[in-house]
Amino acid sequence: MKFIYQSWWKILAVLLVGYTLIAGFLLPVPKLPILHETIRNVYFHVPMWMAMFVVFGISVWYSIKYLITGKEEYDLIAIESVNTGIVFYILGLVTGMLWARYAWGEYWSNDPKQNSAAIAFLLYCAYLVLRNAVDEEQKRARISAIYNIFAFPIMVVLLLILPRMTDSLHPGNGGNPAFGKYDMDSTMRMVFYPACIGWIFMAVWIATLRYRIRLIENKNNSL
Amino acid sequence: MMKRLICLLIMLTGYASAFAQDIEMADTMRSEGKIYVVVGTIAILFIGLAIYLFTIDKRLSRLEKHKD
Repeated sequence: MKFIYQSWWKILAVLLVGYTLIAGFLLPVPKLPILHETIRNVYFHVPMWMAMFVVFGISVWYSIKYLITGKEEYDLIAIESVNTGIVFYILGLVTGMLWARYAWGEYWSNDPKQNSAAIAFLLYCAYLVLRNAVDEEQKRARISAIYNIFAFPIMVVLLLILPRMTDSLHPGNGGNPAFGKYDMDSTMRMVFYPACIGWIFMAVWIATLRYRIRLIENKNNSL
Repeated sequence: MMKRLICLLIMLTGYASAFAQDIEMADTMRSEGKIYVVVGTIAILFIGLAIYLFTIDKRLSRLEKHKD
């Protein structure tokens, strides 16, 4: 856990995201009908979700570790990772809605992908509500850790599997090819992958900042 | 010496631009529908945010040192 105090990966994150902010606008993209320049949203909308998956995944990992060891810090990592993940969730959802307005015609067209995303969002809101509902600290940590471990795979099923089994407007679902297959060329990949890695690091960084604040708060409260 | 040279350069470019007001020249910030201006704005914004994040990080580190 020493890396959370180091800065090399934070600098790397800033450089990667900074690069994609510039290259994402200036490098050429494939010319496609309907999408036009909005295809550049791939560099910004998709990495939000990637970052969200990673911090939620970290949260699950530490929930499991909490259940094994009972160490309070692990519970704090789990909650702060979810808090950060929810911010990226909202950003992903809102950017997706804006994109949908111009690619699909409406902000919300009750597309399976959108509806699943809304349900999965509520799933994680329920996690926060659950935490606030239990007063006793160890009980809260244990119950919410178990909830978190179940919530993650359900979220993955809702976001990545169920929309793929029906017709969806979203690329990568229901016979609708993903960007990776036909639309994204190698120039786009040169921006897309760094964007994903950069934003994932950014999310992890914010989560570690929140965790460190939480540690100090926790210390002050227990004194 | 260096300062004077830079000053002179800036004055020269200013002089040149004063006479090129309504003639579009091949300077990058005005080309392709001025997209470079937007890119510049975003870059500045992000650099600002990144510096802000780093200062929060530093402040937190100081706080943590103080605690122990």
